[in-house]
Amino acid sequence: MEDVVRGDKRKVLEVRVVADASIAYEDFGAGDPSTMNRETVVQKLLKSGVWPVIRQRPFDLVADPANEPKSIFVSCFDTNPLAPDLDYIVHNHGNEFQTGLNALSKLTKGKVNIVVNSKTAAREFLDAKNVVRQTVDGPHPAGNVGVQIHHLDPISKGEQVWVAGVQDVLIIGRLFLTGKYDATRVVAITGSEAKNPKYLRTLIGTPVKDLIGPVDPHTRVVSGNALTGDRIGQDGSLGFYHTQITLLPEGDEPKFFITDGWASAGFDKFSANRSFPTWLMPSKKYALDTNQNGEPRSFVMTGQYEKVFPFDIYPVQLIKSILANDIDQMEKLGLYEVVPEDFALCEFVCTSKINSQSIVREGLDTLKKETT
Amino acid sequence: MKALRKLVDSIAPTFAKDGKLGKLHFVFDGLETFLFTPGHATVKGAHLRDSIDLKRTMSIVITAMIPCLLFGMWNVGHQHYLALGEFLGMGDGFWDKFIFGAIKVLPIVVVSYGVGLGIEFLFTTIKGHPIQEGYLVSGMLIPLVMPVDTPLWMVAVGAAFAVIIGKEVFGGTGMNILNVALTARAFLFFAYPTMMSGDKVWVNTGLEEGQQVVDGFSGATSLGYAATGQVDKVTSMMDSFWGIEAGSIGETSVVACLIGALVLLITGIGSWRIMLSVFLGGLAMSAIFNAVGPGLGNEYMQIPMLHQLMLGSFFFGLVFMATDPVTASQTNTGKWIYGFLIGVMAILIRVVNPAYPEGMMLAILFMNVMAPLIDHYVVQANIKRRLKRTALVAA
Repeated sequence: MEDVVRGDKRKVLEVRVVADASIAYEDFGAGDPSTMNRETVVQKLLKSGVWPVIRQRPFDLVADPANEPKSIFVSCFDTNPLAPDLDYIVHNHGNEFQTGLNALSKLTKGKVNIVVNSKTAAREFLDAKNVVRQTVDGPHPAGNVGVQIHHLDPISKGEQVWVAGVQDVLIIGRLFLTGKYDATRVVAITGSEAKNPKYLRTLIGTPVKDLIGPVDPHTRVVSGNALTGDRIGQDGSLGFYHTQITLLPEGDEPKFFITDGWASAGFDKFSANRSFPTWLMPSKKYALDTNQNGEPRSFVMTGQYEKVFPFDIYPVQLIKSILANDIDQMEKLGLYEVVPEDFALCEFVCTSKINSQSIVREGLDTLKKETT
Repeated sequence: MKALRKLVDSIAPTFAKDGKLGKLHFVFDGLETFLFTPGHATVKGAHLRDSIDLKRTMSIVITAMIPCLLFGMWNVGHQHYLALGEFLGMGDGFWDKFIFGAIKVLPIVVVSYGVGLGIEFLFTTIKGHPIQEGYLVSGMLIPLVMPVDTPLWMVAVGAAFAVIIGKEVFGGTGMNILNVALTARAFLFFAYPTMMSGDKVWVNTGLEEGQQVVDGFSGATSLGYAATGQVDKVTSMMDSFWGIEAGSIGETSVVACLIGALVLLITGIGSWRIMLSVFLGGLAMSAIFNAVGPGLGNEYMQIPMLHQLMLGSFFFGLVFMATDPVTASQTNTGKWIYGFLIGVMAILIRVVNPAYPEGMMLAILFMNVMAPLIDHYVVQANIKRRLKRTALVAA
């Protein structure tokens, strides 16, 4: 172990480990999960350290093996900005995927749902057995597993649903097929600052500088996508759950109001609404920077969040109940059904620049503390 | 720009919170951010953000009001010269009319902005919060809903009342319950009724030597005539549509309001749900009056539906006042109810209540107060749906 990086209140942010020159795997024993009972599957996942790839809703935490979820969801398409194509990633890995699903199916008495897009051609998804295949279409956030759960099997108070990503299922599958915790992920290098966007096969936790090479100091390195990822800096490492690195130009230059600020004609401004003429040019491409494009304000505009928030939940009222710390109301308004990433688009479109993802995270933390 | 940026950067330390003029930090901040969208990169959450901000939003609303303002200037002049019996034709003396109107109207605009923004700057300094852009719109709305003969001191008092009691006591932009511009108007309406209603204030009859008002001139608005039983003197539907009649400065022209509506709807900044539902509400109430009017022998009720809506400030309120997102209902279902009831009540008050010739202002203010209640029930319905599901789980 090289270093432990701590943040506020001595919270552990990173544990830095120097890798050996060669990789040696501990053998946890191969075995067909379909022939095992729940306890054996759980123990194997826990003992090998693979378990944390399974997350639970509500609260967006690592699943607690002592609980049993009512169902498990795997979203098989990613609609996030510049997200990797999961059809490509799963290609030729059908056996691992199926084995992983078989293991997951032991964890719940309910269904394991895999949610695909109607455009998918991946036999690995379409031929998957032992699961319920659901089809969801639409623009982002249709690929967010939270949206899918809300419409297919909504979470009420007292219920749990577990989720795992496609690449996480592959890791579980490999564990049962080979007995090894093979933390390989295929990662997409994306963003306007990525000189040659590509897919890379690497390991969870790899330092990004080994993946992207030297980058301009004025570039923001994000582990994950541009809406929900973590800003890690050029010396950071690939996040545990991330399958994408996004390189964005930093937007720390002031913008003069007439030439490129709020009063400009705005022929190069991207906006989800129609207050800039670019809505007439739907195929235009942009290199968006990380400028906030305005200052934080009180809630003024209404109806904005609802357009990008496909839940039967009132997003602004929910945010306000969290800001007011009204636990009863948060519960009633549906906080159990959402996680921060579901609010990423709300945060993007917000005229008042309100950081709704972190507000939702605080709300979830409060609710968890009060109810458990 | 670079020179300007350098200048701003060079004086910035003086206005830093611990600088020499630190008390004026937020005033400086307001002006600086007006000139330059700050180079603030996102710190948490989504790394990329939409290009829209509140300044852009407000500037679009102001743009949408410009047709009303320009038409209002011309109409002020036109009505003035009609009263004097000069330039009777529509096209006659265009520049005379426009310049006369501009001389009357621009001081009101300047006073409204000067007083309102001055108070905002003061509150900003005292309370230590950044200036928010809300008053940019209110400051333009206030002149447009004033009669042309409103004394400037009264505009100042109204704007001050609206900003302090209507907005700042609730916490500033985004927190107010009542529409700020209508608060100003309602305050003046009840405090100085003789200056805000009747038939002496709508047309400027300031005379120079050798001029006199033509015989038979009254200065009443169409609604004033209608309320006093002279329905035959109400302007024709076409004149009301174009806005060639007496009234508050910016409210008379339906065409100008519709151009504004188009700007707000294309940009998506005004709510189409509210605009449509106010219109439908007004139409429904007028239709009811049309149906029962003949039986009651009430001529006012019998004004044809569309003509009824084109009178007074119905369209101005519909486009610019009812759609204020802060004071309207916030839920989509709520917006339909809120808007419809504004339409119904505006026509109801106008036609039935003899104390108030126009009902739009009171209808909107009343529904501003009711909007949170409407939203409450809409949200409760959502909560009940969720509870029902939970109950099923428990069972």
